[in-house]
Amino acid sequence: MADRRLLLLLTLALLSVLFFMLAGLRGNIAFVLGLRGLKLLALLQVALSIAVSTVLFQTVTANRILTPSIMGLDALYVFGQTALVFLLGGLGYASLNGGFKFGMEIVLMVALAMALLWPMLKLRMDMGLMLLMGVTLGILFRSLQALLARMLDPNAFAVVQGASFANFNALRTDLTLLGAIMTLVAVAFCWRARHRLDVIALGRDAATGLGVHWTRSAAGLLLLVSILVAVSTALVGPVAFFGLLVVALAERVVKTQRHAVLLPAAVLVAITVLVGGQAVLQHALGGASTLGVVIEFVGGLVFLILLVQGARK
Amino acid sequence: MILIENVSLSYRDVPILRGIDLALPKGGITALVGPNGAGKSSLLSLVARLQPLQTGCISVDGMPVDTTPSRTLAQRLAILRQDGIVASRLTVRELIGFGRFPHHQGRPGALDLALVDAALDQFDLAALSDRFIDTLSGGQRQRALVAMTFCQGTDYLLLDEPLNNLDMFHARQLMRSLRRIADEAARTAIIVLHDINQAAAYADRIVAMRDGRVIVDGPPAAVLTEENMEAVFGYRIRIEQIAGKPFLMHHL
Ligand SMILES: Nc1ncnc2c1ncn2[C@@H]1O[C@H](COP(=O)(O)OP(=O)(O)OP(=O)(O)O)[C@@H](O)[C@H]1O
Ligand SMILES: [Mg+2]
Repeated sequence: MADRRLLLLLTLALLSVLFFMLAGLRGNIAFVLGLRGLKLLALLQVALSIAVSTVLFQTVTANRILTPSIMGLDALYVFGQTALVFLLGGLGYASLNGGFKFGMEIVLMVALAMALLWPMLKLRMDMGLMLLMGVTLGILFRSLQALLARMLDPNAFAVVQGASFANFNALRTDLTLLGAIMTLVAVAFCWRARHRLDVIALGRDAATGLGVHWTRSAAGLLLLVSILVAVSTALVGPVAFFGLLVVALAERVVKTQRHAVLLPAAVLVAITVLVGGQAVLQHALGGASTLGVVIEFVGGLVFLILLVQGARK
Repeated sequence: MILIENVSLSYRDVPILRGIDLALPKGGITALVGPNGAGKSSLLSLVARLQPLQTGCISVDGMPVDTTPSRTLAQRLAILRQDGIVASRLTVRELIGFGRFPHHQGRPGALDLALVDAALDQFDLAALSDRFIDTLSGGQRQRALVAMTFCQGTDYLLLDEPLNNLDMFHARQLMRSLRRIADEAARTAIIVLHDINQAAAYADRIVAMRDGRVIVDGPPAAVLTEENMEAVFGYRIRIEQIAGKPFLMHHL
């Protein structure tokens, strides 16, 4: 049954991709296709990294409500960018080699994320406390970021503005190749670990009893999560509720938490929502700049519903 | 053999276990008894490497639990925890199937599937096999967790209050299954019990703990005396002999 549903999701995702590529084609077709292809690649990569990182994160923390971005990871990333602009100045920042900067940002982000997340897992914090801490950290980084941004000159400020909001139109296609390699490597790792992930989802003690070296596995998975979040944030900016939305949807469609099914399902839903949503807004509704807002709105609703459901249980 | 040498544990300077020394040879049933907070669960979780050792050493068949690869240990030793929390939403069959994970690492063979079916039958779970565990009654859930632990097929079984929530029929059945695997397959069970009469009837050895120490240790007939029980549980318990076994009138 799960297989048939996976097939359905695959069909939807393929249709979205086709629609995105082919809708309203006119003018120099080869040129337009090339442009769209590049954009599609970036979108696919974002879908892949957000879906996979959310599933991984929820598995390691044994909850279905927290996501890396709710825990303030992408706020951390934006803060890091602002700090870079602040230190180097708008021009200095803009003149940094893209790939080099990207690499540096990711290393920084991964280090900070591990420093934040690891103690939380180590101390076996409960959900409520983790959520509170994540929200607080998110606010902290956003405020710090706002503070730094106020002290910038207008030109540098404009650079920061560009980096701090989700924007599915102004994709950083220059980073696509590097990002794609990192995403694929990370995703390959976690696909290989899909059976172990099922065991890890049982919780720390149960997993240890079944022979999983929990500390090592959890640290490795958090590392993958922070890499994936860094890649997607670098490409489109922060998207708080997108991961939550797609994983919750995928889980309801395939009705299983087995990673061999859930991981591809979440990725396919993410592709459908992101690529399909982008195409619909662009071609049917005429303005695509609002996809981020729509996703955040729907995702926020899902978040609230999950919270209320969880509270009632 | 499980060898526990000079093991102590404390949380924020509050001592929980104080210098425990125990040698549990292979084969047979050892019952761990004692009042609430005596440190029974803490001891088991140390043996099963669920928390790090602070002082002392523990080894299973000569393998130190803190340095041996987790998977190797999981093929020798299985633990049923007292709280039995399972974080994910699974069917009974899936849950029991996880017991085989240390052997197949996610790719179950014919033997693994057959063992899961056998465990379903053994614990009266066949009719419930496709139900989600969060829809089961407390006792049914407990049986599913016990079945998973059995299914792991290890030489050593650590069971923390496996009789919790079980009715008399299933409690007896579980104790008899343990007796059978101990006698026929020379497997070893270390089992925390609050029903001391179950320990009297089925265990080969009783280890009684209190305040993080082992107070008495030996065969049921030697351990279950009125003096010993008073030292462990803090009140006088009348003991009768029924059908050749000591019977504690602990509820009177
Ligand atoms: N995480 C913890 N932090 C602080 N103290 C703890 C912790 N876990 C257990 N303890 C304390 O350690 C002592 C021993 O606990 P343990 O769970 O081993 O007792 P037990 O013998 O299994 O009792 P019970 O029969 O109630 O299950 C108790 O006093 C308990 O309060
Ligand atoms: Mg206990």
